[in-house]
Amino acid sequence: MNASDLLGTDPGWIILVKGLLIFVFCVVCTLLAIWAERRWVSFMQQRVGPNRTGKFGLLQSLADGVKLALKEDLIPKAADRIVFIIAPIISATTCFMSFAVIPFTGNVNLFGHKTLMQLTDIPVGVLYVLAIASVGVYGIVLAGWSSGSTYPLLGGLRSSAQVISYEVAMGLSLVAVFIYSGSMSTSDIVAAQHHWWFSVVLFPSFVIYAISMVGETNRAPFDLAEAEGELVGGFHTEYSSLKFALFFLAEYVNIVGVSALATTLFMGGYHAIPGLTFTESWLGGWFTMVWFVIKLIGFFFFFVWLRGTLPRMRYDQFMKFGWKVLIPSSLFWILVVSTLRVMSQRNENRMVIAGFTVGIVLIIVAITSFYESAKRKQAILDEVGEFPEPSFPVPAIPNIAISQSAISQNAKEQIHD
Amino acid sequence: MLNLAVQLGSTKTPEAVLFWMLAPLAVLAALGILMAKKAVHSALLLAWIMITLAIFYIAEDALFLGIVQVVVYTGAVMMLFLFILMLVGVDSSDSLVENIKGQRASAIVAAVGLGGLLVSLVGRATLGRSAVGLASANQGGNVQGLAEQLFTKYVWAFEVVSALLITAALGAMVLAHSQKVHSRNNQRDLSIARFRGASLAAAAGLPGSGVFARHNAVDVPALLPDGSPAPTSISSVLEARGDMITSKIFELQQKEEEEN
Repeated sequence: MNASDLLGTDPGWIILVKGLLIFVFCVVCTLLAIWAERRWVSFMQQRVGPNRTGKFGLLQSLADGVKLALKEDLIPKAADRIVFIIAPIISATTCFMSFAVIPFTGNVNLFGHKTLMQLTDIPVGVLYVLAIASVGVYGIVLAGWSSGSTYPLLGGLRSSAQVISYEVAMGLSLVAVFIYSGSMSTSDIVAAQHHWWFSVVLFPSFVIYAISMVGETNRAPFDLAEAEGELVGGFHTEYSSLKFALFFLAEYVNIVGVSALATTLFMGGYHAIPGLTFTESWLGGWFTMVWFVIKLIGFFFFFVWLRGTLPRMRYDQFMKFGWKVLIPSSLFWILVVSTLRVMSQRNENRMVIAGFTVGIVLIIVAITSFYESAKRKQAILDEVGEFPEPSFPVPAIPNIAISQSAISQNAKEQIHD
Repeated sequence: MLNLAVQLGSTKTPEAVLFWMLAPLAVLAALGILMAKKAVHSALLLAWIMITLAIFYIAEDALFLGIVQVVVYTGAVMMLFLFILMLVGVDSSDSLVENIKGQRASAIVAAVGLGGLLVSLVGRATLGRSAVGLASANQGGNVQGLAEQLFTKYVWAFEVVSALLITAALGAMVLAHSQKVHSRNNQRDLSIARFRGASLAAAAGLPGSGVFARHNAVDVPALLPDGSPAPTSISSVLEARGDMITSKIFELQQKEEEEN
């Protein structure tokens, strides 16, 4: 009996209970994630972090949430009232919806009913997650527009351009997963990783997904939509009180969401790490959820680590990276993967497959080395080409003539080499 | 059409409930598109209709079509529309002056004609006949069935359409692209230009608005050390628009102080 058949037998009340459990899971995750992020970042910056509210400061985010709820709710005069109120609602509702297709456990017993901790299993589950993400962008764009102010508008446009471009890269990175698992349903993809995780088999896809999920969620180092030095707070500048809290909630639930999807698609989902598969039957199958959460926390730690390590990118560099590096390289990788897939399905000679792989690696090495050497030559030329003739009298700077001629001499020699 | 289908008994109850909940909302939204004054509101209502249609597709067992409808139309096409509307004018509402003579009459004729055509065509195809073929079409899975049709029977049409789309995209890029006469100044060039300029006054950047003044808003000029306003601290756009507050009231009133 596969996952979708098993889920098909769920009575209505089990579906309701599961929906409620998923919602509670997401909210608790958010509260703990904010606390964990602040503690981890503090640790990386040699500070202490929040440690006053509750044991280890665990109740800090709860206290912050209550504080936000009790603040005054402002709507600017220039704002478009209806859209201003709808925008945070769109953000906060869509972020939960993608969890409907995430499998949290294997077969378990829920109140005497045999089922899986997965709300539903549809044949296009992963596409559904992408669709929900693209609706979620509306929250950000509308928040930026309806605030009736310049910085939020710019922030909203930036972040939606960013989310859309990185969603393309993300979608392309998932194609290799679809090709290898032969399905777009999350439970089938988890089942297909029984022997090897896709993060090993399809490592380039995994890397591209990991980068684009950071861009997709507007997180550091890609948090240009709320670059405080340029845009104040970005799209949520004019928001306060509970409406701001909804955006805050949506951001963290989205992080947990993309991490959960990464776990499902690339890290074997709820399966144990190889060698510990006997643990999957512990607690009547509920122990698989522990594995799932451990992998989820791993991804979340990666997010925090990035934030603690990397400075924010410049916007043009960021867009260039998305469109000119991530998307072409994932297209190339899809070609390679599908060729390999067809070869292995036709039972080609192993030598042919190995030859193809070596050829691809050689081509990549050749292209990158040509690119590097061209860049080096260009850099030398740029160095020489500097110092334009000033349009006004400038006193001669001692030594400049000598050093300039020395540089150009040096450059000529290097180019001739 | 679905109403008739309900009466004929071929539609399951949950589906009918879904339809009667969402269809009136979709019709209201469609009317709203025409009535809304702001273009962005119309665009939002259109997005809502697209999502409703996607839900209908999913209810009709066309799962892939429904999801792709959301990804492509709601997520990409409508988002581009919104982008343009927002960039063109944040507050602009449609002009209500009609420039074309007889616009209303011809619009009504065209609408009635198109509606009649659609109703008669769809009606002739479905009225009094029960829908057949869904089970056999979805036999090997909805996605697989669609893929088989697209990449065997209709592969030529599919490729032609994609070639057309790529041509259109290239055309848009060619039309929008402009050859730069000079290379764009980068940060380094600008910095060099500041220091090689006639005066070194602005070498460290222009003064920020409101510095040393009693207000730090962007429309209030900074004060120089002698108390006079610095005109370079205000954006020239604000100045041209007349949004600048006159700097005189922010000048230090030395005479009064001396009198005291």
